[in-house]
Amino acid sequence: MNEINKEKSFSTPEKKSKTLIPYAMLCELTHRCPLSCPYCSNPVELELKSNEISTDLWKTALSDGVKIGILQAHFSGGEPTARKDLEELVSHASKIGLYTNLITSGVLIKEDRLKNLYDAGLDHVQVSIQDTDPKNSEKIAGFKGHQKKIETCGLIRKVGLPLTVNAVMHRQNLHNLKNMIELAVELDAERLEVAQVQYYGWALKNQTAFLPTREQLDKATTIVEEARIKYKGILAIDYVVPDYYAKKPKSCMGGWGRQFLNITPAGKVLPCHAAESLNFLNFDNLKEKSLAWIWEHSESFNRFRGTDWMPEPCQSCDRREIDWGGCRCQAFALTGNADATDPTCEFSPYRNVLEEPLSKAGTENPDFIYRKYS
Amino acid sequence: MSKLIKLDIEDVPSLPRHAKLRYDHARKKWIINAPERVFELDDIAGEVMQLINGKDTLKQIIDKLLVKYEDAPREQVTDDVIVMLQSLADKGFLTNE
Repeated sequence: MNEINKEKSFSTPEKKSKTLIPYAMLCELTHRCPLSCPYCSNPVELELKSNEISTDLWKTALSDGVKIGILQAHFSGGEPTARKDLEELVSHASKIGLYTNLITSGVLIKEDRLKNLYDAGLDHVQVSIQDTDPKNSEKIAGFKGHQKKIETCGLIRKVGLPLTVNAVMHRQNLHNLKNMIELAVELDAERLEVAQVQYYGWALKNQTAFLPTREQLDKATTIVEEARIKYKGILAIDYVVPDYYAKKPKSCMGGWGRQFLNITPAGKVLPCHAAESLNFLNFDNLKEKSLAWIWEHSESFNRFRGTDWMPEPCQSCDRREIDWGGCRCQAFALTGNADATDPTCEFSPYRNVLEEPLSKAGTENPDFIYRKYS
Repeated sequence: MSKLIKLDIEDVPSLPRHAKLRYDHARKKWIINAPERVFELDDIAGEVMQLINGKDTLKQIIDKLLVKYEDAPREQVTDDVIVMLQSLADKGFLTNE
């Protein structure tokens, strides 16, 4: 999922406020999913159905979310439609004023359920499509469901819901980027997310298969720029580049514990969906603590909040409150030190750790390591 | 997505289904929720958006604003409102249908 864009449309001056107010919560209702994409954003250690929290606990979390200022709830997974209480949760969220978004693979849902979700107040649906070539799409997903996804997109528009196509792009499908943009237009999507794979968790295991070459990336950027002009007012395109090729790190989550929180199927509350990879941190659970308490007081949310934790060169950098030191999970995965400057920053003393993966980009085609329960 | 539109004074503006206006008590301001985006409105923008009801034309909305801000020149209010709403329309968060 994309980071939340905070748009100041009418030149509102930012008011300095002591308590940070989050914008969005990502509700990972379950880790169960028929697909097994090798770049899945779920953690490597997946939660079993037996550990999933109850409908009532989800409802409490949603209500508490509104109280602390959350505006949007994203229902995700795994595959969120695998939970039978999805309609009930969407209805609850909608009634209390949350903007509701369903993030789905689209392979399990039928028209009547989409109608029920529409009636429950669902605001928006995002469907992932792995490639425009059905054979390659199904190879990447590890599941025969490409045609069903296309049909689901049609049904989403038929019942009157706005659609975003989420296209995770990488070396195995970048050659079809133009087709993907045209497919999104054909499917009458409002938005297309062209999201290059980001490398942690499952994706890091499959990095050699997915990391594009510089040449491929530049070509993709040109295609996106041209399509944005061609389809202005028809299709909005969000574009996320792989940060290995950037000079500046991404402002991960808009800063740790500043705008966003994630709830796992088991009820743990995280500053981002990958945060459990920081295995030295203790993450509080909704079974024991309230959402408001966790947001404001927990060790995990305060660990990398603000700028006090930062090492040099971040601490004296004039971008420290723009990119917030980059991604903590990436720093930890690549350097073993979660306090380190993100290695994708040109000023990082660890920049050299990117040399090996970048030198291998495009040279080998290893088999995928598919996402699965261990 | 809604077609690219050029707002006219006789248009009846409305929010499409994927854009929702509401007051946020935590931030104490009006906001528009949209896919992966939040527009935080200042006081005036919040007031203009509240007048958009899918029935009134842009001209009628401006008339209502002029009743409240009687010292403001019509021409300036009209320009400001159109610029603001056109910017939302360009992003697909306002329609005239």
